Amino acid sequence: MLERPETEVLVRARGLTKNFGSFLAVDGIDFDLYRGEAFGFLGPNGAGKSSTMRMIGCVSPPTSGELSILGRDPVRDGSAIRARLGVVPQEDTLDMELTVRENLLVYGRYFGLPRRVIRERTTALLEFVQLADRAQDKVEPLSGGLKRRLTIARSLINEPEILILDEPTTGLDPQARHVVWDRLFRLKQRGVTLILTTHYMDEAEQLCDRLVVMDHGRFAAAGSPRDLIARYCSPEVLELRFDPDLHDAAVDKLKDFSAERTEVLADRILLYVTDGDAALTAVRAGGLEPLTSLVRRGTLEDVFLRLTGRRLED
Amino acid sequence: MAPIAMARPGWPFSSLSFRAFQCWLLRYRRIWRSSVWSSVLGPICYMGALGFGLGTLVDKHSTASLGGVPYLAFVAPALLATGAMNTAVAEASYPVFGSIKWNRIYTGAQASPLRPADIFRGHLMFMAMRLAMNCAVVVLVMWAFGAIRSAWVVLAYPAAVLTGLAFAAPIAAWAVTVTVETSFNYIFRFGVMPLMLFSGTFFPLSQLPAGLRALAYATPLWHGVALCRAFSLGTAGRDPAGMLGHVAYLAVLAAAGIWAGARTYRRRLYV
Repeated sequence: MLERPETEVLVRARGLTKNFGSFLAVDGIDFDLYRGEAFGFLGPNGAGKSSTMRMIGCVSPPTSGELSILGRDPVRDGSAIRARLGVVPQEDTLDMELTVRENLLVYGRYFGLPRRVIRERTTALLEFVQLADRAQDKVEPLSGGLKRRLTIARSLINEPEILILDEPTTGLDPQARHVVWDRLFRLKQRGVTLILTTHYMDEAEQLCDRLVVMDHGRFAAAGSPRDLIARYCSPEVLELRFDPDLHDAAVDKLKDFSAERTEVLADRILLYVTDGDAALTAVRAGGLEPLTSLVRRGTLEDVFLRLTGRRLED
Repeated sequence: MAPIAMARPGWPFSSLSFRAFQCWLLRYRRIWRSSVWSSVLGPICYMGALGFGLGTLVDKHSTASLGGVPYLAFVAPALLATGAMNTAVAEASYPVFGSIKWNRIYTGAQASPLRPADIFRGHLMFMAMRLAMNCAVVVLVMWAFGAIRSAWVVLAYPAAVLTGLAFAAPIAAWAVTVTVETSFNYIFRFGVMPLMLFSGTFFPLSQLPAGLRALAYATPLWHGVALCRAFSLGTAGRDPAGMLGHVAYLAVLAAAGIWAGARTYRRRLYV
């Protein structure tokens, strides 16, 4: 038989819907997830990302629609599917009473692994997340970043084919986030399929091959980070900040300016242009003097703003 | 696919429930020292105060209504059954609630092959273990106090564990649905306390008015007390049908709890 792992669909959803009472959390989404890719759900809080993750994690039955994971039905075969998944939940569920190593032992036992296998894997995994020297320590006093890395190590104890990460770096300081990203990138290199949610555009850009922008339970757009930026955003963005008293007047004046698009935020004005420096010169020539100005490349944040009219972290 | 993880579970040591039980066992290894003292000191205090203190007063009068035995022999098996109830309530209330709200043990276990029913049964196995431990301690204390009148007491021990399970299973099934922790106060105030006082524990039910007596007969603790007492005093042979009735009552309650728990856990954990 001809194997084509690069096109193997691991998760397939059609019209996937989740209601909580009258609240529609996920509103009929369709997607296919391929083996070996990193797939991201980008969206603000309450967009339906976590609900989708829980359905893929087989701990939340879909209200309607079709969902198949590893070719199986999550409602009927949840236990067998979960045996092949790794889950990094939004909030750590580590056992604070136990040591780092014991946390992996408990988890390995959940998966029915023999102690010897757990011991070997634990050593390798703690090495991988750079926690080997803390193996005998209690979990409680570990920093947020270390706890997150332990959660990741724990989720890998069963050598999962799919790793589900719900907001993997929320609440971490920038340095800790970079360590986590680096480890996730290495996992991807090893062929682990990653599904992650995030409301950080830099995280999505760094890690995801493909992503969907999610808002109000639906997909607003889908594609690779580069595609999305090219499709929904100008090459450069000029950010202008004015004296708060002059902010409204500046907005009026900039209306006549020939930007591709203008976004007015509470504290800033964003001009979507091809050449940021040229645009800034033109703005100044028009008699406007911003307090600060910044020329930058278009990002997923801009894509999101364009698609939903809101900022990601609101 | 990891073939080991998919190994067919064989009952009971590789069953999914047993995997959940192992988690509790590992945690208990860390905290058992603190729990041992209350398990041992509790029965000693009760038996000392009631058996020697109160018992000396009672024994000065006729103990005919106690069946002609010293008060200590009368009250000790009741303390065994009551202790089982208290252990059950303690293990099945806050720890279950906390496994969702505080330490999130259930939430973590959910992301593994364990199903809600496995998580429930595994925790219940641990409760059964705690019951078996605590009841054994009480039986030993009874023996040390000279409160045991018959070798049949070996059956009082499983009877006490069964009494505990008749409480633990239904309470755990309910506790998993609780969203505010103050709900547990109802059990303690309107459940545990009246049961402990009015189930023929400290005085025979014949001392109660008929209406209250009928109510006491309907409660699980009375059946547990009656069973433990009959075995400890060696009087079980006089009423074998009654004994079977007690066992059946407690077994049905435990079974109903086990049945309900699989459903309530599923409803709570699979949302």
